[in-house]
Amino acid sequence: MKTYLPPKFIIERDQYRCTQCQACVSQCSFDANYYDAEDDEVRSREENCVGCHRCVVFCPTNAITVRENPSSYRRNESWTHEAIEDIIKQSETGGMLLTGMGTDKGYPIFWDHLLLNASQVTNPSIDPLREPMELTTYLGQKPDMVKLTSDSTDIETEITNQIKLDIPIMLTAMSYGAISLNTQESLARAATEAGTLWNTGEGGLHPSLRKYANNMVAQVASGRFGVHSEYLNMARVVEIKIGQGAKPGIGGHLPGEKVSLDVSATRMIPQGTDALSPAPQHDIYSIEDLSQLIYALKEATNYTKPISVKIAAVHNSAAIASGMVRAGADIIVLDGLRGSTGATPKIIRDNVGIPIELALAAVDERLRKEGIRNKASIVVAGGIRNSGDVTKAIALGADAVYIGTAALIALGCHVCQQCHTGKCAWGICTTNVGLTKRINPNIGTRRLTNLLNSWSLEIKDMLGGMGINAIESLRGNRLHLRGVGLSDTELKILGVRAAGS
Amino acid sequence: MKKLSSAQVNAFNMTTRELSCKLREIVADGSERIEIHNTCGQRYIGTGLGAVQLDIYGTPGNDLGAFMDGAEITVHGNAQDGCGNTMNAGKIIIHGNAGDTLGLSARDGKVFVKGNVGYRTGIHMKEYHAQKPVIIIGGTAQDFFGEYMAGGILVLLGLNLQEGERQKANFIGTGMHGGVIYVRGKVEDFQLGKELGTADLNEEDYDALGKIVNEFASYFGHDAQEILKCKFTKLYPLYLRPYGKLYAY
Ligand code: SF4
Ligand code: SF4
Repeated sequence: MKTYLPPKFIIERDQYRCTQCQACVSQCSFDANYYDAEDDEVRSREENCVGCHRCVVFCPTNAITVRENPSSYRRNESWTHEAIEDIIKQSETGGMLLTGMGTDKGYPIFWDHLLLNASQVTNPSIDPLREPMELTTYLGQKPDMVKLTSDSTDIETEITNQIKLDIPIMLTAMSYGAISLNTQESLARAATEAGTLWNTGEGGLHPSLRKYANNMVAQVASGRFGVHSEYLNMARVVEIKIGQGAKPGIGGHLPGEKVSLDVSATRMIPQGTDALSPAPQHDIYSIEDLSQLIYALKEATNYTKPISVKIAAVHNSAAIASGMVRAGADIIVLDGLRGSTGATPKIIRDNVGIPIELALAAVDERLRKEGIRNKASIVVAGGIRNSGDVTKAIALGADAVYIGTAALIALGCHVCQQCHTGKCAWGICTTNVGLTKRINPNIGTRRLTNLLNSWSLEIKDMLGGMGINAIESLRGNRLHLRGVGLSDTELKILGVRAAGS
Repeated sequence: MKKLSSAQVNAFNMTTRELSCKLREIVADGSERIEIHNTCGQRYIGTGLGAVQLDIYGTPGNDLGAFMDGAEITVHGNAQDGCGNTMNAGKIIIHGNAGDTLGLSARDGKVFVKGNVGYRTGIHMKEYHAQKPVIIIGGTAQDFFGEYMAGGILVLLGLNLQEGERQKANFIGTGMHGGVIYVRGKVEDFQLGKELGTADLNEEDYDALGKIVNEFASYFGHDAQEILKCKFTKLYPLYLRPYGKLYAY
């Protein structure tokens, strides 16, 4: 069938600069560049280009420009390019549109409508260059009250399973299979070096990454891939995955093409079969059932690990979160509307869930009102782009954040949304042996620790400016936030005052 | 045979946590066989204990042997829901009925049930090389038997059915994409998920089935040959990738 889809991108090659070296041909995993031997000329198949910029970055003479196809349809606010082209794709395949990464729709980003405070005159700011600044964060259940020993030198109350993080930023769940082993190794090593946690996703643990288990969150998802008692007991935290912001309410299908020999050994399923994660966890149909699995995991790890429960941020998050805490979760993770994934039906990614800022504010508020906020830590994920977002999230009530897309961008990702194809030209979201070599774990680790380090410096600077010397003092301190351009209802849900008031 | 050092526990009025702590203690003391009496709804018995023999009298609660790694559990009574959840190795023998989601996501090990089972037995069981879970049911099962199954062997005997009466489960093997199910007696096409094919058993199948039925018969005092005389149907997944065509790329 002839496709009616126009190329999404135009590849321009400056013939004056191009030396026919064919770097762009070998770099493009989408088969969009080729060498015509007869004419001795490098050419492009623009219809294949996804705009990942791999060739642009690797062209030694900067000869390539990739830009959006400027040709346009008749202007129509309703029938946008995307609306038209989605229908063309579906009429040519008959399938659900699959995509990767988080939604690219223009839903409001509330971080950009929240502003932090700074000290002026009436209280001094702190200079983080000269004074100690504390970003240390402890995740896990906190006691209702703390009792000191009679001589007041120690704490008498028994404090259970606290996870100490040097920075309040963790690397989110990305499974081996969805991402390459070199990528996962980079994440694991960076987390270990930075004193934070990485997350296995639902793919089990590859033997070569066991040495990073002490900084690992072991995920238990509906597919239960690679889940056994050794895996659970090696981890620092065990995380039950109920849902994910990029695809609330649905499961995951790792296509058989991505289930290589090595992935199959880690997931413990035969090579080439689809790894199907059912939509629900089949032993959880209620809060009581969730509690049953939480305690099954506590039993399996002899009460030595905090149990985290991750949900997608949806309409009733606050009530659900309350149930999760009462069910025994030590950490609850909220993944917002803008959260990313290796593969999701586009219609779900772009239309289901709620923004993380609203979910966080509602959950924190609800748990406080019910007097159970201390019983679990809150971790938020889904669209954290910079240290400003992190700081605002903490002021809004989060204990820590997970980052995913930001971490992948540090490794080279250009957010081309092709993760589901398994062809990632940056070697991140693929199990193709040739492509996975593009991530060197030594360099990947460095890029990630650099990112975490720069964010830490920035957070300290912001804290200092507010006159605060410990992130603990900012946690849930919404007086340090003001809203701009928000409706009264939004301000009320966020629990912040309007700027100027 | 070396005699196992054994211990007894009276679970009367114990909470789940109290019983599990007690069992851990006993195992740490070196007991290899434990009799648990007056069991009444305590969950997770056998979880996190390693390779120990448990004899349970009374009724154990949900998630019996969840994440189990090598224990051998005999239940002298009925089991409830979630028995053998994500089991990794070991054996569970139930001299009664079991509830829903028996053997959910099991990765290896064996479960023998004398009586009937609830819904979704063996859901999302998997296998990897020699790790191949086996579940055999003497009685009947409820709907969604072997749903989403990705590996392992399920056997449904229906020994308590009348002559010519068909199996009770509908939607058998819905979403199945690995492993095999053997059903004894009558099962109609409309009872099967649309991802399944049916076949007569070949020699290899009879070999595998024979071993499982023999072991089953030895626990519950049945005659294996008598059981095997009846006709069996083999149910297998038609596609390794049942949902491969759902998407446009
Ligand atoms: S490498 Fe990426 S940007 Fe370059 S042609 Fe290929 S798909 Fe397009
Ligand atoms: S991970 Fe790779 S395929 Fe996915 S968006 Fe980033 S560059 Fe594209």
